Amino acid sequence: MKQFDYVRPATVAEAVAAAAQPGAVYLAAGTNLLDLMKGGVSRPDRLVDVTHLEGLDQIEHLADGSLRIGALVSNADLAHDAKFAKSYPAVAEALLSGASAQLRNAATVGGNLLQRTRCAYFYDTASSCNKREAGSGCDARDGENRTHAVLGWSESCIATNPSDFCVPLVALDAIVEIEGRNGRREIALDALHRLPGDTPERDSALEPGDLIVAVRLPAAARGFAAHARYLKVRERTSYAFAVVSAAAALQIENGKITEARLALGGVAAKPWRARAAEDVLKGVAPTADAFQEAAWRALSDAKPSGDNAFKIELARRIVVRALTLAAAGTPVRLPALPASPFASISGAIHV
Amino acid sequence: MSELNLTSAPAHLRHGSSIGQPLTRRDGVLKVKGQATYAADNHPPGMLFAVMAVSSIARGRVTSLDVAAAKRHPGVVDVMTSSHKPPLAIDPEIKTNPFVFRMEVLQSDEVRYANQPIAVVIAETLEAATEGAVLLAPRYETLPPLVGLDAGKSFVPPVVGVGNPTENHRGDVEAGLASAEKQIDAVYETPPQYHNAMEPHAIVASWDGDNLSVDMPTQGLMLSLGRIAELFGIAPDKIHIRSPFLGGGFGSKGLMSGPPTLGIMAAKLVGRPVKLVLRREQMYGPVGHRAPTRQRLRIGADGEGRLTALDHHARTVSSTFDDFYEPAADASHTLYAAPAIRTSHDAVRVNTGTPLFMRAPGEATGSIALESAIDEMAWACGIDPLAFRLKNYAEVEPITGKPFSSKALRACYEQGAARFGWAKRPLQPRQMRDDAGLLVGWGMGTATFPALMFQAAARAVIRRDGSGAMEIGAHDMGQGAWTALAQIAADGLGLDIDRVAFKAGTSDLPDAGIAGGSAHTATAGAAIHSAGAAVIAKLADLATTDERSPLFGAGNAGVIARDGKLFRRDDESRGESYSEILARAGVAEVEARGTGAPNPAAMEEYAMHAHGAVFAEVKVDPDLGQIRVTRMVGAFAAGRIVNPHLVKSQLFGGMIWGISFALHEEAITDRRSGRIMNANLGEYHIPVNADVPPLDVITVEEHDPHVNALGIKGVGEIGITGSAGAVANAVWHATGVRMRRFPIRIEELLTQL
Repeated sequence: MKQFDYVRPATVAEAVAAAAQPGAVYLAAGTNLLDLMKGGVSRPDRLVDVTHLEGLDQIEHLADGSLRIGALVSNADLAHDAKFAKSYPAVAEALLSGASAQLRNAATVGGNLLQRTRCAYFYDTASSCNKREAGSGCDARDGENRTHAVLGWSESCIATNPSDFCVPLVALDAIVEIEGRNGRREIALDALHRLPGDTPERDSALEPGDLIVAVRLPAAARGFAAHARYLKVRERTSYAFAVVSAAAALQIENGKITEARLALGGVAAKPWRARAAEDVLKGVAPTADAFQEAAWRALSDAKPSGDNAFKIELARRIVVRALTLAAAGTPVRLPALPASPFASISGAIHV
Repeated sequence: MSELNLTSAPAHLRHGSSIGQPLTRRDGVLKVKGQATYAADNHPPGMLFAVMAVSSIARGRVTSLDVAAAKRHPGVVDVMTSSHKPPLAIDPEIKTNPFVFRMEVLQSDEVRYANQPIAVVIAETLEAATEGAVLLAPRYETLPPLVGLDAGKSFVPPVVGVGNPTENHRGDVEAGLASAEKQIDAVYETPPQYHNAMEPHAIVASWDGDNLSVDMPTQGLMLSLGRIAELFGIAPDKIHIRSPFLGGGFGSKGLMSGPPTLGIMAAKLVGRPVKLVLRREQMYGPVGHRAPTRQRLRIGADGEGRLTALDHHARTVSSTFDDFYEPAADASHTLYAAPAIRTSHDAVRVNTGTPLFMRAPGEATGSIALESAIDEMAWACGIDPLAFRLKNYAEVEPITGKPFSSKALRACYEQGAARFGWAKRPLQPRQMRDDAGLLVGWGMGTATFPALMFQAAARAVIRRDGSGAMEIGAHDMGQGAWTALAQIAADGLGLDIDRVAFKAGTSDLPDAGIAGGSAHTATAGAAIHSAGAAVIAKLADLATTDERSPLFGAGNAGVIARDGKLFRRDDESRGESYSEILARAGVAEVEARGTGAPNPAAMEEYAMHAHGAVFAEVKVDPDLGQIRVTRMVGAFAAGRIVNPHLVKSQLFGGMIWGISFALHEEAITDRRSGRIMNANLGEYHIPVNADVPPLDVITVEEHDPHVNALGIKGVGEIGITGSAGAVANAVWHATGVRMRRFPIRIEELLTQL
C-alpha cells in the first residue's frame, strides 16, 4: 500500500501541529480509516495517532449537571457505563445497535463522529464521486441508490451519514469540543456535519488540524431519561447500517409532552434533527395522531434521490414508532437486541 | 502431508462400530489454537508476495499499464503482464474436458468482466506488491457492458448444470393446464450470489526445476493436478499439492481458476516461491458465483388439489466466453407427482465471470421458486401446504417414472411437523401475532438433493504392531472429512479410530474424487470401505490358510474384523489379533487398495435422492417491514448418517444458507458499469448470529441398499433446499403478501403491508 508517515504525538498541541500539515489525518481506532486506506479511497501521507494522548478517555459528570465524554472513550465502554446508560439511555441503545461487539470495543467516540459515508460509489475508486474527488461527478445519482439520502441532498451528492451514535446525540443538543490551531472552541454537533451543497468533499466544519477532544451533553439532556429510545431498521438483525433510524426523547408531565426531541439517521449527510416535528409535539398529549403529525412534519421536505422513495414512508413510520416507544417509557433494562424492531422478543442474547 | 496432530476422541466409541458415533471433529483443537495450516499460512524461504491488479471495467480492453511506475516502487521485483509472462503449454481457453474453467491468465488485453486479473505485481512485501498494483494505473478502451437477465438476445444452451438436458418433459403440460380447475402462473427472481468462503482463494507456489510444490485450498486435488500439469506441460507426478484444510469452498474451489494459476506463473517468472491471496473484493469475479435466475412456474390442479401439470421455465445467464447454466428448473423433476411436467431453460450472456457450482446449484434456486409456487397453489386450492404436498406425494420419480432407491420423506414431514407444531397453523395468512404485535407466520418447504457419487480410490494398510493406515486424497472443507472418513476407515480396518493413521489432503494420495455434489463422504467413504475390506481379506487369507492359526480353515465361513482381531463368523470364540497373524507370517504389513464408484445398474433402475422437510416461523414488523426468522425445524432423510454431530452441523449450515437466500444475499451490480457495488462482507449481507434462531434438526432414519455399499446419501447441500422456500412462505403467511423476488427487500414488503 502507499507509504505514509506515522507519528505519535505526546500532547494535544503536538497532535494539532502534526495534523495541520497537508495530507495528514488523525488515526484513532482506525475501524473506518484503515479500510478506506486499504481500498485506496483515502491515501494520506501522514497518520497522526492520537490513541496515546492522555486525558481523552474519561467520562466526566461535571458540576453543572452536564456530561463530558473524552474523544478516546470506546463505544463499548461508554455504552456499558451504567451511570451513562441510565442518564442517556437512547444514546447507549444507539451505540449498542451499531457495528459488532469487536468493532465497538475498538471504535472511539471521536472517530464515530467523523466516520465517512457508506455510499458504495464513494468506496469504489473507479466510480465518480464528488465527495472522494471534488468535481468528478456523482455516479450514485443514477446508480444503485435505494439506500441514499432523502433529505438535504444535492445534485452533487446523495450520500448519507451512517452513524447511529450521532442521532440521539444531535437530538440531545450535544456539543463538540475541538482543539485547533487557534486553541479550544466548541460547536453544536448539529453544526459539525455539513450538507453537501456544491462541496460534498467537505464532510464537516473542521479545519485542518482540528481535533475533537470531547463531546458534551448539556444538563438538560438528562431530563429525557425516562422517555428516550433509539429505533433502527436494517437489513439484518445486527451488524448492518441503518436503512433509516430515529431517536426520540420526550418529557411528559400530567399527560402532556413538555419537551420533545427527534432526530433521524440514514436519511441525510448529517444526523437529521427534526425541529419542526418537535414543535408540533410540545404541549400536546402523546397520542398516535400527534405522532403521525410529527412524522409528516419531520419528512415534509423529503424527496427521493433515486430508487429510495420508500425511505420517506419508512422514516415516517419509524418516527411514529420511536415516539410511541419513548412515550411508553424507557425500559428498565436495555433490550437484548438494542434499537431493533425485534427488541421485544425474549430469549435473545446481546448482539 | 505428514501426520496431523488430530485429537483423539475417547467418548462415544461403541464397541465394534465407529460409524454412527457423534465424534467431535478431530481437527477442532488445531483450528481453535490456530495450528491448522491453511494455504496462506505457508512461508517457504525466499518467498515473494504477488498481488493481482484487476479490471475496473466489465468490457473492453486494457490500453496501458504504467509498469515502470510499479517497478520503481521500493520492493517491487517484477510485474507480470500479457506481454511479460512465462509461456503456458496450452491455451487456457481450450476446454480439454467438461470440468475445465476457461480462465484469464493474462493471455490478452481483452476485458470480459469487472475484477478480471489484468496484471500481477510481485514484491518483497505484501504492502509493496499492493501499492505496485495501484501504481499500474490502468487505462482502458471501454465498451458498454452486458448486464442483467435481459442483457441481450436469449438462447437455449445445449446443456445446463453438468450435462443435464436443457429441456425435459413427461405428459402433456398444456392439456394438463387446460384441464385444471385452479392455476397459478407466477414469476420468481433470484439474484447473483457469491460463494464468499471465509478463506479467500490462495496459493503458495514453489518451483524446483520442473518440480512444482503448491499449497492451495482445493475441493478437487486430482482435477487441480491434471489442470496444472496440462497448463504448465509437466507430468502430474512432478506436482505436489497440499490442501489439508479449506476455510470453506461451497463450489468455488472445485475447478482450477485463474488466480492460483497466476500464482504458479508468477513463481516461474521470478524463480522464487510466490504467495498470491485474493482480496475479498477480488473473489467477486474470477472464481465463480451463482448466476441470477428468473423463473416462471405455471401449475394446474384439479378440484381435489391434485396437480394436473407443472411447467417450470428458468432464464439465467452465463459469461460471454464460457458456459455454465444454473439448472434451476430441474428442481421440478423429483418432488411432486404431476402427471405432466415440463422444465426448460434459456439464457443470455453478460459481462461477468463465469457462473459456477454454488451451494446446491440449480436445486437451491429452483427450490425457492418451486416451493413458493407450491405454496401459492395450495392456497389457491384452499388446502394446508403440508396436506397439499402429501396429496401430491411422488411415489415414483415424476420425471422418469423410476422408483426411488429409498425415500423417507413422509417420515420427514411427520416428524418435522410434529416437532414444529404445524397442526396448529391457521390456513389463512395474517392470523397470528405475538404479544408485542409482531406478525407471525409459519411456512414450509420440501428439501431434496440428488444422491451422487464420483470415483475414488484408497489405500489401506495393517501393520504388525496392530495399527492401521488409510490413505486417500480427500478434502476437508470444514465439513469434517478428517473425522467422518476416519470413522469409516476405522470400521473398514476393524480398528479403534485412534489406531488408524488417516492421511488425506495431498495430491500424492489416491484420488478421492471431488468434494462437491454432496458426494464426498459417499464417494471417498466407498473407496475407504472397499480398501478396508480388501486389506482384511488379505489378512484373512494369511490366517485361514495357516494351520497354526485358530482361524485355519475358516475361509468358507468367513471372518469378522473387530478391535484389531479377526474372528470366525460362525464362532466368535475363535480368533486372533492382527499382530499375531502378521508376526507369524513374518511380514511387516499388508496393504490393499479399494475403489468407490457409482453403480450404473442401480442408477439405471432407481432414482436416488435425499429428502427433507423444513418448517420456519418468521416475525414481521407490521409497520416497518423488517423480517426475522424466529424458529426453524428441519427433518432430513439422507441414508446412513456417519457422524450425527457433523451431519447436524452441515444441515444447520444449509438451513442458514436458506435464511440467507430468502432474506439477505445479493450481489448488487451497477447496471451501467457492470461492477459489483457490494463486494465485501460488510455490505454483501449474510445472516449474522442474531439472524439465526434456534435451529432444530431431525435426522430421519433411512436405510438405502442401492446408493452405495454404506448407504450414504450426502448432506452437504440439501439443507439450503426447502429452507429458503419455507422462510419465504412463512413471510407470506405472516403478512398475506407474496414476495417473488429474492432476497425479500424491505421496500417491497413495506409498500404492501
